Amino acid sequence: MFAFLARRLAATIPVLLVVAVLVFLMLRLTPGDPAAVLAGDAASPEQIAQIREGLGLDKSIPQQFGIWFGRMLHGDLGKSYYYKTEVTTLVAQRLEPTLSLTIVTIVVAVLVAVPLGVLAAWRFGGWLDRTLMGFSVMGFSVPVFVLAYLLIWGVSLKLGWLPVQGYKRIADGLGPWFIHLVLPAITLSVVYIALIARVTRAAVLDTLGEDYIRTARAKGLPESKVLMRHALANAAVPIATVIGIGIALLIGGVVVTESVYAIPGLGRLTVDAVLARDFPTIQGVILFFSVIYVVINLLVDLSYVFFDPRIRY
Amino acid sequence: MSPSSLFKRSAAAFLFGAALTAAAPASAQQTVLRIVPHSNLAVLDPIWTTAYMSRNHGYMIYDTLFGTDEKGAIRPQMVESWTESPDHRLWTFKLRKGLEFHDGKPVTPDDVIASLQRWGKRDAMGSALFQFVQRMDSPAPDTFRIFLGEACGFMLEALGKPSSSVPFIMPKRVADTDPFKQIEEYVGSGPYIFKADEFKPGDKAVYLKNTKYVPRSEAPSGTTGGKRVYVDRVEWNLALRDTQAQVSALQKGEVDIIEAIGFDHYETIKKDDTLQMPKYATYGLQYMARFNHLNKPFDNPKVREAAIAAFNQDAFLRAQVGVKELYKPCGSMFICGTPYGSTAGSDIQMKSNMKKAQDLLKASGYDGTPIVLMKPTDLAAIQKLPDVGAQLLRQAGFKVDLQAMDWQTLVGRRAKKDPIDKGGWHMFMTSWQAFDVWSPIANPTTDTRGEKSTWFGWATDDKMVTLRNQFMRATDEAEKKKIADQMHARMYEIGTHVILGEYDQPMAARKNISGFFVTNGNIYWNLKKN
Repeated sequence: MFAFLARRLAATIPVLLVVAVLVFLMLRLTPGDPAAVLAGDAASPEQIAQIREGLGLDKSIPQQFGIWFGRMLHGDLGKSYYYKTEVTTLVAQRLEPTLSLTIVTIVVAVLVAVPLGVLAAWRFGGWLDRTLMGFSVMGFSVPVFVLAYLLIWGVSLKLGWLPVQGYKRIADGLGPWFIHLVLPAITLSVVYIALIARVTRAAVLDTLGEDYIRTARAKGLPESKVLMRHALANAAVPIATVIGIGIALLIGGVVVTESVYAIPGLGRLTVDAVLARDFPTIQGVILFFSVIYVVINLLVDLSYVFFDPRIRY
Repeated sequence: MSPSSLFKRSAAAFLFGAALTAAAPASAQQTVLRIVPHSNLAVLDPIWTTAYMSRNHGYMIYDTLFGTDEKGAIRPQMVESWTESPDHRLWTFKLRKGLEFHDGKPVTPDDVIASLQRWGKRDAMGSALFQFVQRMDSPAPDTFRIFLGEACGFMLEALGKPSSSVPFIMPKRVADTDPFKQIEEYVGSGPYIFKADEFKPGDKAVYLKNTKYVPRSEAPSGTTGGKRVYVDRVEWNLALRDTQAQVSALQKGEVDIIEAIGFDHYETIKKDDTLQMPKYATYGLQYMARFNHLNKPFDNPKVREAAIAAFNQDAFLRAQVGVKELYKPCGSMFICGTPYGSTAGSDIQMKSNMKKAQDLLKASGYDGTPIVLMKPTDLAAIQKLPDVGAQLLRQAGFKVDLQAMDWQTLVGRRAKKDPIDKGGWHMFMTSWQAFDVWSPIANPTTDTRGEKSTWFGWATDDKMVTLRNQFMRATDEAEKKKIADQMHARMYEIGTHVILGEYDQPMAARKNISGFFVTNGNIYWNLKKN
């Protein structure tokens, strides 16, 4: 196990290196000038050139890379051109909203999707299965922003139950924190409910055809125990994989939801940074996302040991 | 009780409890004005950048020597009185009593001089003014003087300029910062105090009422008059960028003001009894298309003339704004109705038609070079203009290469003087607040010094340079107006750019907000929240 862990952690180093080089080069080769963004619309070409010089963008690309890479090796991701704040500070400020949204979304999605998937598999081909799978297709198909607008219109404006937008930090109290996350989490969870429910259904269906299920039923075990203890437990590996990928995707990919609900998270930070050509922030955030992906994949792999004792590393 | 009703009641009880907890903070005792600005606030130094958001931040926390009222007249602000020597070369300004920075220190002439010096190194108008300035001094603790090498006719206009790069007064220790580096301390003497510890980039900016601020006695008008603050705290919501969600938040009362609403939402807001759209601008904004004078075929004035003749303003305004009561065609490059508003020379555009444009293009010797027209895909405020422009140019006989890109790519590319095959361009479109273009000096298109010009497009015309210099030196208003008319006619003659019409950008607020006045900008004093 430790050897496996060490190998996997060591493998992250070349991954991060490749990501770092690719992101750096892609940003430099993409059109757009951070200095022009900072200078404002009425700035003269000379003012823009002065800002470019101040940011070190007048240096050659290898020189810029050397400076950035040297700093990165010391854990310094640099300072945002746009906000004049350390990138690590910006990421830290934006981490809580994104993590909160991710966790609540995944919890909601798992609590709803796994039982639905099991039920659909249990009643395979029946009306329950067809209805649930129909909803699942709908969950995939409705764009996130459409669902968000509908929920805002119905739940916030018509019923007045929940706020339209904003985020409250946990330090402001659990009540305000949760109440501001309900709508965004529901909006985001729909697609994950659809995904996890379908994967759960397929995995449970597979296991329901196994001999040990027949044996369990023959022993007279109640159907709920057959489903939960034998079928679901043995179908957990693909479900855990999908949930893990979902968490990684949510951390890096909640841009639309964060924009509509005005949540100052990592997704919004990434978009702002891209639009402003804020190179240090984009580089820092993408590196951070890479680490998150690697760590989550590792955790998912380790979770297989828990779900399936036959697996050994 | 059925399980479903038990669930409903439990959920309602939980949400109610959570909502009560949510309503607890300090805002219960304070009057908080919650504003959704038109963009994100990133740079906190309003001299270092020309971004409107930084200027608006500047107006919150800094004060100015002079301001511009709603009709465009310059009025004193921090200055109590001033004199001008008969030869117009010595200006003496006396500061009014009670001016104090947020750190409790009084505003002194040294602070003013340092602030003006820094501004003069960054702003185009400031730089023009400092071509005349020999020196500045302070003969008394409340007085400063500006000595000029020769008479200059725009001293007050420069000191009271209302738009980008406003000469805000900062403490000397801050103003001594290298003009090409951003300041790191945000202390002003204006009506609000910036809460730096609560500033979260991309999330929110907070301003507290400056209780020690002594407002002028006059009624507020433009950036002049009494800056009275009736709320304890102003919060700029920088995270709420989705326009539909902005309107929903306003309808629900989660925000009080949206600085700039999309034209698509105009009718919705107009019909909502709880909302209002206060008129805050006399002159609104102007759309503009800019030629690159360095690249063929727009290095040829006759080709530019044909393009100007083809650009029917009504077509642009209908497509981009769409709400008839919000736009008007106008032939004045200096904005219709302003002190230098003029229509001299505008017939080539305002009384033209497509047949004339086609004839002019044929006569120009245009060789069929495709026009590279840059279209920003992510800026709703001007996104449709290039489509209309491309169609009108095609109808006139031009070949057009309409290139879509995001706005930041466009602003980077427009700074390039390169030929087309090396990433250059022919035309882009933008919009300006009236304040930015109504002065023949501040209007960036009046600078026709070719590649030395301070704005993209690099028009070259010696006669315009001479007229601009004459305008800067003229001290008589009638003479200035006469020169402005000549400049205006010349700009049409040589085709510096094309104006595409004027429009109002509506602002929306809840009905319980009162005290709006005409500012021609986004200014938040005098507002009451009931």
